[in-house]
Amino acid sequence: MKSAVIVFPGINREQDMARALRLVSGREPKMVWHADTALPAGTDLVVIPGGFSYGDYLRCGAIAARAPVMDAVRAFVAKGGLLLAVCNGFQIACEAGLLPGVLMRNAQLRFICRDVHLRVERSDTVFTRGYNAGQVIRVPVAHGEGNYIADGETIARLEGEGRVLFRYASPDGMIDPNWNHNGAMNAIAGIINERGNVLGMMPHPENHVEASMGRTDGRGLFAGLVDHFKLAA
Amino acid sequence: MTANEPAITPELIAQHGLKPDEYERIVALIGRAPSFTELGIFSAMWNEHCSYKSSKIHLRTLPTKAPWVIQGPGENAGVIDIGDGLAVVFKMESHNHPSYIEPYQGATTGVGGILRDVFTMGARPIACLNALSFGDPNNPRTRALVAGVVAGIGGYGNSFGVPTVGGELRFDRRYDGNILVNAMAVGIAETDKIFYSAASGVGMPIVYLGSKTGRDGIHGATMASAEFGADAEEKRPTVQVGDPFSEKLLLEACLEIMSKGCVIAIQDMGAAGLTCSAVEMGAKGDLGVTLDLDKVPCRETGMSAYEMMLSESQERMLMVLKPEKEAEAEAIFRKWGLDFAIVGETTPTMRFLVCHGGAVMADLPIKELGDEAPVYDRPSAPGQTQKIVDASDVVPPLPLADALETLIGAPDLCSRRWVWEQYDHIILGNTVQRPGGDAAVVRINEGPKGLALTADVTPRYCEADPFEGGKQAVAEAWRNLSAVGARPLALTDNLNFGNPERPEIMAQLIGCVRGIGAACRALDFPVVSGNVSLYNETKYVGEDFGRAILPTPTIGGVGLLEDFTRSMTLPFKAEGEAILLIGETRGWLGQSLYLRDICHREDGAPPPVDIEAERRHGDFVRALIRDGLATAVHDISDGGLLVALAEMAIASGIGAVLEAPAGIAAHAFWFGEDQARYLVTTKNADLVAQRAKSAAVPLRRLGATGGNVLALAGERLLSVDDLKHRFEAWLPTYMAGAA
Repeated sequence: MKSAVIVFPGINREQDMARALRLVSGREPKMVWHADTALPAGTDLVVIPGGFSYGDYLRCGAIAARAPVMDAVRAFVAKGGLLLAVCNGFQIACEAGLLPGVLMRNAQLRFICRDVHLRVERSDTVFTRGYNAGQVIRVPVAHGEGNYIADGETIARLEGEGRVLFRYASPDGMIDPNWNHNGAMNAIAGIINERGNVLGMMPHPENHVEASMGRTDGRGLFAGLVDHFKLAA
Repeated sequence: MTANEPAITPELIAQHGLKPDEYERIVALIGRAPSFTELGIFSAMWNEHCSYKSSKIHLRTLPTKAPWVIQGPGENAGVIDIGDGLAVVFKMESHNHPSYIEPYQGATTGVGGILRDVFTMGARPIACLNALSFGDPNNPRTRALVAGVVAGIGGYGNSFGVPTVGGELRFDRRYDGNILVNAMAVGIAETDKIFYSAASGVGMPIVYLGSKTGRDGIHGATMASAEFGADAEEKRPTVQVGDPFSEKLLLEACLEIMSKGCVIAIQDMGAAGLTCSAVEMGAKGDLGVTLDLDKVPCRETGMSAYEMMLSESQERMLMVLKPEKEAEAEAIFRKWGLDFAIVGETTPTMRFLVCHGGAVMADLPIKELGDEAPVYDRPSAPGQTQKIVDASDVVPPLPLADALETLIGAPDLCSRRWVWEQYDHIILGNTVQRPGGDAAVVRINEGPKGLALTADVTPRYCEADPFEGGKQAVAEAWRNLSAVGARPLALTDNLNFGNPERPEIMAQLIGCVRGIGAACRALDFPVVSGNVSLYNETKYVGEDFGRAILPTPTIGGVGLLEDFTRSMTLPFKAEGEAILLIGETRGWLGQSLYLRDICHREDGAPPPVDIEAERRHGDFVRALIRDGLATAVHDISDGGLLVALAEMAIASGIGAVLEAPAGIAAHAFWFGEDQARYLVTTKNADLVAQRAKSAAVPLRRLGATGGNVLALAGERLLSVDDLKHRFEAWLPTYMAGAA
């Protein structure tokens, strides 16, 4: 799997993401600067990692969504290329019109960094084939604006089309407001686009991929993608 | 040369924080009256914050050397060697006065400043810590100050992209008018790629890097060198505004130009901005410096030389560049969207020459600006020695179980989760032990080495006995590192005190520094960097003297783990394991939290620190961890033995059955704060006991882990779940405005 990690000024989890991609895929990802206008040839997976692109000034993701490199990312996605957008990446993907909805401030109005439990809703997507449907994984969040909101029609469509891949849940997989730390609608932690080739999610699977660091729950996402490209090859 | 500048009057001199005799010294030094700009420059260089004039002679007594020390105090940060060609670069610094005036921005710029100190030396920051002291929770301002400071620290560190992994938080009415915000940053550099501030070579270009200069923070350092009056609120314009986005860019750009070999010397613009950085670079390199202020990138038009020289706008650096690398360095900075301007050059004249609009605005002897700053040996008057509290004179007002329930949910002992969940403590993917343990542990690069990091001090001990309190702060930091299995290597100190012109405050400073020095020498734990913050007091209307903070010499400790996967944690691991107490327990109640929060007494001598015992016990515990004989370890500090046990139970959900020994009052045994003690759980109690005996380390078997209650012989059973609830509840409830 050849991956490319987009780096906007102010992005700060690109090394965490690069390490996860390297450890699971065995291949060093290419780092792509925001001012570039093309992706590396042969890219299989584009990743927009977490951070504070352009300081999150104006509005999270709003400036990055209009950066030169995003035209290349949009074209890549239009051709069916896979895009993984995590945390600030999710915010950028929404601002860029690649995913519906918006990430508002956390309901408690504070930045929150902690491990959360996610219920994996489907295992038949390219992003979740490394998990079982209904499986609960534990991965960290670190965000101030992760509260997913969309209009009623959009939410109904997302749910109707099975496009919610991850939900905040209790350790035994129950959807419960006490375990929804940011107040997201329907406890939504991650969604895919209509075509199924763009995943946006707030939590950080890339921070839980090493046994020596404590947990490997995030590994399934990357391992599933690697398998996908192996089978495709 | 003073066109359009105000005349120098005694009032103007006083406004600059300079005493009449200090002004006379300036006139004698330069042989004439200074210009307005020059007066500003002197006030910036000679204030307490920049010159250390009250503390210098005492700081000189601290041990700063060890075979692993690469750079001690005097540079932007301290540097120690950790093998494999790597060095740890670290320092702690206060941002107390600004944080009281404007908590969010004061805290952010404190974090930003200390991060710059670390990456200026060529290190990539890998962790931050902080030590925070606030006033009485019942003080109406306290809640907003906590909220603002915590949000500010998080707001900066989270965006900059460094994990904030540890620290401490206390409440005491003595900080009502002066909160303390001490921020520590830790970075990793290659030992052969460390950058210093001393310029070298004549005619070398001096480059201004980073953000533009504005009118913010003018006289920030002078403000930080005076006590607050009733007008503290009016000082808001002296607080700077932080921009973590620019700092992140500045970090990447600086590390990139350093890796390309463009840099001769580099210095961050912190306190006293352009003045302090330019003078230090020249003076350290025995060179003069000429600055052309027309070249300085400014945020607003019409700034005077005075304003530019004293601005404390953030996210700026000054660098001496290799002339042949100019184009390459500029291209790197342009790529990151940062300002890059050649604003001067080094000269052979040993003069600090500042030009603006075709006029010479300052022409001063550069060495003397720093070296001839006044140094004071201020008089001191130690306070009264406190009596030792005899446990038999303290009648327990509550049963032990009730006392534990109260203490575990008390402001100074309860969980700090509400704070550290607002800090991204896992970014960079190297956090091995998150906040909440004795010390944080971070992996270095891909391992196997790890660093243990802690920040600690017990101010109430320092006030009751500055010498023992100073020792205790060092011993406790050393113990925190040992408890996770790390070898303590070095420390940074952040000395926060009141007005040094008062003999009783000076005695606190001297006593604490002596105590710190004694403990550091005995533990081979040198001081490699630090910061002094004085005048932390507020004079209220109608009072003759200011009210000072508790003496608070915060110690930031760094230790090394050869293998991060073997670091030790404090939760109980399994049922049926023996619980062992390492160290001697006399039941020392003086200055304990039990005495303060349960008996409502704040008296007594603090627990004495036997440094030899500290060393013996710490080495013993570290060896247990190394040899795989311990399953959990916790240092015993505030709140004593039973609080430490409760913390181990709460963190694991596992209870314990415990027995107190005969011959010592139970409340003193369980809540005394004797030093040099650890709790250890093990599967090999007999072997550990044998080893303790042969190492002459006191060891007592307290009981065993198991169940879901704490069962103290003769006391009501305490549910671990209930204790956990009390432990976790206080801070969020308080911050929600309901406590």
